[in-house]
Amino acid sequence: MEIDPFIFRLSIFILSIFIGYYVVWSVTPSLHTPLMSVTNAISSVIIVGAIIASLASENNSNFEISNIFGFFAILLAAINIFGGFLVTQRMLQMYKKKKKK
Amino acid sequence: MSPNLAAFLYLASGILFILALRGLSSPETSRQGNLFGISGMLIAIIVTFLVAESFSKEFIYVLIFLSAGGIIGSVIAYKIPMTAMPQLVAGFHSLVGFAAVLVAISAFLEPNVFNLGTVGNIKTASLIEMSLGASIGAITFSGSVIAFLKLQGIMSGSPIIFRGQHILNGLIGILIVVSIVYLCISQLPQLFWILILISFLIGFLLIIPIGGADMPVVISMLNSYSGWAAAGIGFTLENTALIITGALVGSSGAILSYIMCKGMNRSFFNVILGGFGATDDTAKNIEKKPVKSGNAEDAAFLMKNASSVIIVPGYGMAVAQAQHVLREMVDFLKKNGIKVSYAIHPVAGRMPGHMNVLLAEANVPYDEVFELDDINNDFANTDVAFVIGANDVTNPAAKTDLQSPIYGMPVLDVEKCKSVLFVKRSLSPGYAGIDNELFYRDNTLMLFADAKKMTEDIVKNLN
Repeated sequence: MEIDPFIFRLSIFILSIFIGYYVVWSVTPSLHTPLMSVTNAISSVIIVGAIIASLASENNSNFEISNIFGFFAILLAAINIFGGFLVTQRMLQMYKKKKKK
Repeated sequence: MSPNLAAFLYLASGILFILALRGLSSPETSRQGNLFGISGMLIAIIVTFLVAESFSKEFIYVLIFLSAGGIIGSVIAYKIPMTAMPQLVAGFHSLVGFAAVLVAISAFLEPNVFNLGTVGNIKTASLIEMSLGASIGAITFSGSVIAFLKLQGIMSGSPIIFRGQHILNGLIGILIVVSIVYLCISQLPQLFWILILISFLIGFLLIIPIGGADMPVVISMLNSYSGWAAAGIGFTLENTALIITGALVGSSGAILSYIMCKGMNRSFFNVILGGFGATDDTAKNIEKKPVKSGNAEDAAFLMKNASSVIIVPGYGMAVAQAQHVLREMVDFLKKNGIKVSYAIHPVAGRMPGHMNVLLAEANVPYDEVFELDDINNDFANTDVAFVIGANDVTNPAAKTDLQSPIYGMPVLDVEKCKSVLFVKRSLSPGYAGIDNELFYRDNTLMLFADAKKMTEDIVKNLN
C-alpha cells in the first residue's frame, strides 16, 4: 500500500515544530519584539493561497467569487509583509553596541 | 513551472524563514536574518505567479492590491512610534488571521481551483484542514482586535467578567468541534459560515476577561495562533512553505507565551481564564504608612554621589515616553564616572522585549541592558536603583508574603541597593492590585511625578 502524501506533509510540519522550538529558544530575549514582528511578516506567506485564489479564472468575462476574496486577502497579507519586514528592519537598525573609546 | 521544481523552491523559502529566526540569536546577525526572511518571501510569491501561469486581467488586479497593501504597510512601518509596537503587532496579527479566513472561504467556495474536489464534494481531509485554518484564523482576528483596542487604550484595560463566562466559552468550544464534524459529514455550506461566526465570537470572548498587563501573554498566544492558522491553510493548499512557516510561528508564539507566564509565575490557564487584578479588596486595606518623598534635587544629589546606578524601566516609562530623556540622564552620570546599567524584567511592558526596543530607540547600547537573571545579584553591590515606571516586578512581597497574589513571581531585588529612587505618580497599587511594600522602606525615596517630567528635572539638577 502506498503512503498517503498527507503523511509526508505532516512529517514536514512536525519536524518544523522541532526546528522552531530550538531556533526560538536561541533567540536573545532583548530581540523578542523583533521576533514577534518578523514571525508576523513571514506568516503572511499565506499570500500564496490568496494569489492562487485570485488568479483562478474559468470564464473571461467576470470575476469569480473566490477572486474577490483573494484580492482582499492579498491586500491584508501585503500590508503585513511590507509592514512586518520594514518595521523589523527599523527596530534592528537601532540595536547598537557600546562604542569602544 | 513544474510542480516539482515549485515544491523545491517553496522548501527553499521555508529554509530562508528558519534562517531569519536563527539570525535573531544576536543583534549582529539579526539584520542579515531579516534579509533572509525577505528573500524567502520574494521566492514564495514569484514561484506562485510562475506556477499559476495566468497573466490575464486578474493578474493586473493582483498587482494593484499587492502594491496597495505594500504602500499601506510601508507607511505604517515608517510612521509608527516605537512605544506603539505592541498594538501594531496585535493589529498585524488580526490581518493575518483575517487573510487566513478569506483564503479558507475561497477554497471552500471553489475547491476545484485548489484541486480539493468539487463544490459539495470536497475531500474530507481538506475540509478538516480548511475548517481548522478558518476557525483559528477567525479566533486570531477577533482576539487580536480586542488586544489592539485594549493596548491602544480605546477599550479599558481592565478585565470584563460576567457570570457563566467560562461555561459559555466551553459551550462555544464544543459547538466549534461539533460543527466541524457535521460539516465533514454533510458538506452543508451553512455549517461553514456558522463555524466562522462562532469562531469570531469565541475570539472576542476569550480576550475580554484578560487585563492590560497580561497582554504580553495574549500577544504571544495570538502570534502562535496566527501560525497554526497559516499551517492549517498550508495543509489545505499542500504548500510546504506555508506548513513550515506555520509550524515555526506557532512554536515561536507558544515559547514566548511560556516565557511570559514563567516571568509572572502563573500558569498559562490562570492567565487565559482572566480576571487577574480585577478584585480591589487589598487596595482598600492600605493603612497610612509613612513614606519618604523627595524631589528632583534630592534624586540628582543621590545619584551624583553614587558610584553605580541600576535603572529599572517599566511600562510607565513607555507611557510617559521617557526613554530619551532617561538616556540623557544616564549620559550625565556616565560622564561623571558612574557605572550605569539597565535591568529588564521579562514581563516589563506590554509585549516581550518591549523595554529593550524602547531603550535601543533611545540609543542605549544593548550591552548595557541586562535580563533579570544576569543582573539580579548586582543590586546588593549597587548604590542607587532608579525605578521608572515599573512596580509589581520590584515588589519584595513576591519573595516573602505567602498570601500575596504575586508570591513566587521572580522579581528584581531592588531593595538590596543602598538607596532606591522610585518614580511614580502616586502610591496607587500596580496591576496586581496590591500594595508595594518597597514604598515604605527606609532606603526608598519616592519621587511623585510623571516619569518624563521628573527625569527632565533631574537632568536639570545634574547640570
